[in-house]
Amino acid sequence: MDTQTQAYSGRAPDRTRRSTRQVLGVVLFLAFVFGVVPAFIAATGRWDFYYTLTSVALLSVAAAGVWLTFYIGRINIGQGAYALAGGYVSTILMTQGGVSFWLTLPLAGLFCALISVLIGWPILRLRGVYFAMVTLVLTEVARLTALALPITNGAKGITSIPLPGGVSVMGVTLIPDFATLENPRQAFYFVAVTVMVLVYLVLWRIVNSRLGHLCRSLQQNEELSASIGVNTAWLRVLAYAISSFFGGVAGAMFVSISQSIYPSSFVVQDSVNFMLYCFVGGLGYVFGPMLGTLLLYFGWDLLQVAGQYQLLIYSGTMIALMLVLPNGVLSLFDRKGAGK
Amino acid sequence: MTAILEIRNLTKKFGGLTANNDISFDVAQGEILSVIGPNGAGKSTLFKQIAGFERPTAGEVRYKGDRISGLPPHKVARMGVVRTFQETTIFKSMTVRENVIVAHHLRSRASLLGYFLNSAQARADEADFARSADDIIGFLGLVEIRDELASNLPQGHLRALGMAIGLATQPQVILLDEPFAGMNHDETMRMVALVRRLRDERGVTVLLVEHDMPAVMKISDRIVCINFGQKIAEGGPAEIQADPRVIEAYLGSEDAAIGI
Repeated sequence: MDTQTQAYSGRAPDRTRRSTRQVLGVVLFLAFVFGVVPAFIAATGRWDFYYTLTSVALLSVAAAGVWLTFYIGRINIGQGAYALAGGYVSTILMTQGGVSFWLTLPLAGLFCALISVLIGWPILRLRGVYFAMVTLVLTEVARLTALALPITNGAKGITSIPLPGGVSVMGVTLIPDFATLENPRQAFYFVAVTVMVLVYLVLWRIVNSRLGHLCRSLQQNEELSASIGVNTAWLRVLAYAISSFFGGVAGAMFVSISQSIYPSSFVVQDSVNFMLYCFVGGLGYVFGPMLGTLLLYFGWDLLQVAGQYQLLIYSGTMIALMLVLPNGVLSLFDRKGAGK
Repeated sequence: MTAILEIRNLTKKFGGLTANNDISFDVAQGEILSVIGPNGAGKSTLFKQIAGFERPTAGEVRYKGDRISGLPPHKVARMGVVRTFQETTIFKSMTVRENVIVAHHLRSRASLLGYFLNSAQARADEADFARSADDIIGFLGLVEIRDELASNLPQGHLRALGMAIGLATQPQVILLDEPFAGMNHDETMRMVALVRRLRDERGVTVLLVEHDMPAVMKISDRIVCINFGQKIAEGGPAEIQADPRVIEAYLGSEDAAIGI
């Protein structure tokens, strides 16, 4: 007992130091995305960066969902389906139901979570490449469904979607009407980054709570997990539903920015990309998908200077990254991982 | 002695193959009972059915009078019947302590949402799990390797960790699948002592499947022998060693040296 107490008291200041560092990291990050980035853009006049960074933020929200399914040991190549569904739900609610965009955002997520429960219940029994294949097909099914349904207006899609309206409570304007804004691109950036911060906060809490520990047990050994009393089927569906919720929210935001949606707004390529963002950033790190999205999205843009060799260099670099850093870019900063 | 576990006419067929045929026996509260039999006799299938990993074709398993066969594994575990695995099944990329802590799932009082929000109950639970995990780690002599990654452990420790994971669920009955496999004499004797203490100090009823005959003879209160899916003998170690059907079942196989 004595040695145990010693071990704990020895670790306690370490833990405090770590949490101080975490808080500091979060504050720096918030200051950067909400302060430094807008200041930089205003100074350089590169307003197009807003569009790029908004995309990065939203793609990383969808990728966060994919990452969570990786965390329970499933390869998810179907996030495009939920992004598409979320986009349509938000659009249809706005254009036909007259619902405020801000309300459709969570509703789109909830709708996706709900259908993911129905879809996930049977398919989450599959493992490895079999689950991956079914989810891949799912993206295609979503596209074909959007083509076929009358409410989605087929291949013509839905265009001229209104910009998000304002929100005011008792005369106080909380969110201004985007149509009246001089610079809606900046407003979208702030919204997207806020959503991203919230999503990663949720993800971080999941991973660092018992819920995350149970997900890890599932990832490492489902049978053992069941034998310690975990309702594995239920937990898998829960994680998948949260994942799809993120996908739906990201899709709804995207559509609102482009003010149009087509069955081909999210295709298999997007689903594959979400997965790659997770791989590149690191499957073992909560912020892996965020970094992966930033690197790959920006990297692709930067490589435009390479002209016809863009894809070649991009793919070559990706293969090299996976060979050299199989645990993702973030493993570079992980001292424990580096020591192995 | 009252039966804590009743196996009644258990039959399992895989297509045309009958893995278990009409097996019946009782496990008494607080005893150590071994199931033996040559390779392919159907021991593992029997275990899987008791723990809920396979559904019996016919017959049933009762635990304290309630039918548990056909229930999913997590429900069987919740009732108090927990299985450890033949392979060294552990959570590889967690430390020893994390393995044992996560295995306390059944004792959770907070909801998953509570854990997510880090409620007072959740914090109390985690503290409780950590205390209990350290207790189990001490009991199994794993204190020095508490913070080692499970994937770095040698065989003997892995087996003990598997048992620690099982113990964390606070089982009434623990099913040990070949706990001595791949161990040398010393390791086996240590494990035998450990299993005894499990029963003596923690009151856990132990049902085990094993090949190592000397260890089985040493540890068991009673033994059930199965061959080709059928129960052929049941009794104390001395009875089983003298039973002509058991000797015949093992004759010609490497395990023929059952008499020693």
